[in-house]
Amino acid sequence: MYDATLAETVYFPGHDGDLLEAYSARPLDGAPRGGVVVIHHLPGYDRETKEFVRRFAVMGFNAVCPNLYTRIAPGASYDDAAAAARAQGGVPDDQVVGDVDGAMNWLRALSNSNGKVATIGHCSGGRHSFLASTHLDLAAAIVCYGGLIVGETPPQLPSMVPLVDRSPLVRCPILGLFGNDDQFPTPAQVDELEKTLQSNGKDVEFHRYDGAGHAFFGPDRPAYRVEAALDGWVRIRTFLDKHLAG
Amino acid sequence: MCTYVTETLAVTGSAKGPDGWMRVTDATVYFDHPAHALADHTLNIDVRRPADGPGARVAVELTADAARELAHAILRVLDDPAVASLY
Repeated sequence: MYDATLAETVYFPGHDGDLLEAYSARPLDGAPRGGVVVIHHLPGYDRETKEFVRRFAVMGFNAVCPNLYTRIAPGASYDDAAAAARAQGGVPDDQVVGDVDGAMNWLRALSNSNGKVATIGHCSGGRHSFLASTHLDLAAAIVCYGGLIVGETPPQLPSMVPLVDRSPLVRCPILGLFGNDDQFPTPAQVDELEKTLQSNGKDVEFHRYDGAGHAFFGPDRPAYRVEAALDGWVRIRTFLDKHLAG
Repeated sequence: MCTYVTETLAVTGSAKGPDGWMRVTDATVYFDHPAHALADHTLNIDVRRPADGPGARVAVELTADAARELAHAILRVLDDPAVASLY
């Protein structure tokens, strides 16, 4: 079995044609592959997110994570870039959609692409993954404890509007993974999102984990919950195998 | 969560950053996942000089209890009668 993968920094146009830095990992065996856009969280384009990218390649997908802070702090370390982005109020939703669109196009242009692309994001990236599903022709979208899909707009970031009302616009199946001890989103907010998607006839699969709170996938954080994370990875793989096949 | 609870303010003073001392002009205070501290969330402070790029900052990530103690300590020092007459 040939199992080589390539991981590297790449560049492609994002929103408004701006050149983005991105981190990609992909299998090298030449077989047709689906693609995964990994959307990093507010604290940035960090090592843990890049590890997710490599994990998707090992799972058999072409994966790429655009650096959403490329414009704000080109060439800066991820934590300095995140600090600069926060001081500017974060990045606008329409820009994120454009950047994810650029990543999707880059994946589809790969010689081994089968044309199908999914998104995944954790935390604020989960919100962005949901957002992308309302704008882009994705095959699937995964939301890991995305906050502020349901809820109130924080006064510090008026552009960070709730998205649940856009459920009718969702274009693809949604997998949601949540901890029942999380407060952002709360279990009640998760229920509301699930119910709203279902009532709009969307293909939705939510899993909730007892004893897990926010960020339970992060192995380097105290919030890590091994049972929830391991089951979550199985759910992710099954969902992607189903929707990115072909 | 990635909280969006963030305060930004202008500051006057200096801080010792990656390239030595710098005059700082801005600060950001927020509560979110740390880059380094061993906690799920921390009170984070960036004291910055953005004119010199995103790397021109001094960052601290403190547990909520530690941050509160620090804030009280700062106020105690500033409110000390021996100090208050100096500014």
